[in-house]
Order: sequence, then C-alpha cells, then structure tokens
Amino acid sequence: MEDVRIDKKINIKGLICPYTFVKSKIAIEDMEVGEVLEILLDYEEASRSIPKSMEDHGHKVLKVEKINDTDWIIQVRKEKE
Amino acid sequence: MELTEDQLHRYSRHIILPEVGGKGQKKILSAKVFIVGAGGLGCPVGYYLAAAGVGTIGMIDNDTVELSNLQRQIAHSTKKLGVHKVDSAKETFESLNPDVKVIGIKDRISKDNILDLIKDYDIVVDGSDNFPTRYLVNDACVMLKKPLVSGAILRFEGQVTTILPGEGHCYRCLFEEMPPPGLVPSCQEAGVLGAITGVVGALQATEVLKLILGKGDVLKNTLLIYDALKVNFRRVKVPKNQNCPVCSDNPTITELQDYDAGYCRI
Ligand SMILES: [Zn+2]
Repeated sequence: MEDVRIDKKINIKGLICPYTFVKSKIAIEDMEVGEVLEILLDYEEASRSIPKSMEDHGHKVLKVEKINDTDWIIQVRKEKE
Repeated sequence: MELTEDQLHRYSRHIILPEVGGKGQKKILSAKVFIVGAGGLGCPVGYYLAAAGVGTIGMIDNDTVELSNLQRQIAHSTKKLGVHKVDSAKETFESLNPDVKVIGIKDRISKDNILDLIKDYDIVVDGSDNFPTRYLVNDACVMLKKPLVSGAILRFEGQVTTILPGEGHCYRCLFEEMPPPGLVPSCQEAGVLGAITGVVGALQATEVLKLILGKGDVLKNTLLIYDALKVNFRRVKVPKNQNCPVCSDNPTITELQDYDAGYCRI
C-alpha cells in the first residue's frame, strides 16, 4: 500500500466521546482541503464513531487501524471546508 | 482566537454539529446582540444567547424586578426584587457563562438614544412589551439596516418574525400603523401564560444564532404564530410592501418618532 503523506497528527489518548470528535474536528477545520490528519486514540467506541462522523461531515477516511492492544490510528483526508 | 480547553467542553454540543463547528462557535463568541427589554422575552433570549456564548449582549430596560414579573421572567429571582432588571439579568447571564459580557442600560429606549445604542451591534432583538417601542425599534433597524428579530406574546399566543432590512419585509409592511390604544387589550385583558414567553424567546434566540452562523432559513417575509391552546404553529407570508412608509424606496417616515399614547404594557 502506498504511503500517505500526513500533514498533521493529534494524540487524543485518554479522551472519551464526544471530546474525541471535538478535538478531531477542530484539528481538521484548521487544515487545508486535500491535507491528511492522523488521529491516535485509545477509546474503542471512537474508533468507529470518528470515521462515521468524518464521513458525515464530507471528509474521506483513508485508514482505521488497531496498532496495539489499546490504540488505534485513523487517517482522514479533508475534502471540504 | 483559539478556543480554550474549557470552551471546547462548554460548547462541545455546538462544535460537533456540522453547521457550527469550531468556526461557527468563534462567530458566536465574537457576535454582538442588542436586546430591547429584560422582561418576559428578553430573559429567555438573553439566557440562551449567553449559554450559547454570544460574546457581547447589550440590554436596555428601565424597570426594577417586581413580584409579578417572576411568573415568567426567568433571569430574575425573588432575591432580586427591587433590583434593576438589567443588573439582575447581567448577574444571571455572566454567572452562567464568563465568556459573555453583558452591557446593561438603565434607561427607556427613545428616538433620541436608540440609533446610538444599537449602531455597534450586529443584530437587534425586540423583546419589548408595547406597540410604541415595537414600531420605534423597527424603524430604527430599517434606517440602520440592522437585522431585527421581533417577538410578541399575549395570553396563549406568540408571534415571531425576522426583519432583514433591504432583503425582506419590515414590521410596518405587516401592520403599517400602530393600532389605536382602544383596540389593543386593556391591562386587565393582557394576561400571559408564563411558559409562552419561553417558547417565543427560544425561537427568537434560535433565529439570532442562525443569523450569526449564516445557516438555515430565517423568518424573512414570514410571521410565525404560535397558538398554545391549539398547539399549532402557523406561518403567514408577509410580502414586502412596495409602499411601506419606512422600508420602501420612497419612505414617508424618515425620522424617528416617540409614540406616547395610552398603551398597556403586556
Ligand atoms: Zn416595510
């Protein structure tokens, strides 16, 4: 799989809903269309709800990956303002 | 301006809305809204705007809190009897949300002060309780091209309309002249179910927030009428009157007037 260029990374480990999404949304709002945000989190429910909410907001989810026992990585490309 | 951690928490239910987000919340925080009256409508309007984080809220009212106000004027309380309503409301709103600055003016609104009072605000809300003020506020907003969210209540009925000067109707397109004092309810007839003020005030606050955010439709060219007894909301179309005495191309009213007739205050 080709490597995606990551423009911004945030670590929201320790946060629960809805602050997981609040932080992710604030981060992507400050980015340019086409840029990629990588989110590191450890709240399982958010590993499903953040991708869904990002797509509802019109962005493109590139990857959702469990990287170890506790953590997930989500990559999202900003598609619109 | 960056939102603080506290603000991310306080406004999280706004921020997660696609129509608001952090950007919309910042617009709310930098908005300035002027509310005419700190009574039945001004209380819920100000309360919700303060909770939403509207950064500057101006309020004018010359009255002090009386026992008979407390059946509906929810920003005040029994402890505040005798206190100026704008001082009471300021304390309530600023303790709800320290992001909000309330500028209270203890005065009666008039043709001589209104233009100066509202000129630096983005949006005006009319929560006044009498016809002379309603017409004065309408005319001043048309002259300064300020968006105006107007509300009225009586007995079991409420009305809301949003006036965008230059784009839609104004209050005089709807009712050109004030009704003569004999035709408006006398003081004994002018009861109001307290909770109605909450319905109408919350509708007004919602209109204000949509105007700030630039999202959704507002009650432009429309009068919304709420009938609590029948539990009915009705929308009445109000076209802009091409011969309106104040908002048409050739207005006959070009100066503000104070109307001091014997109107009952509701
Ligand atoms: Zn008009």
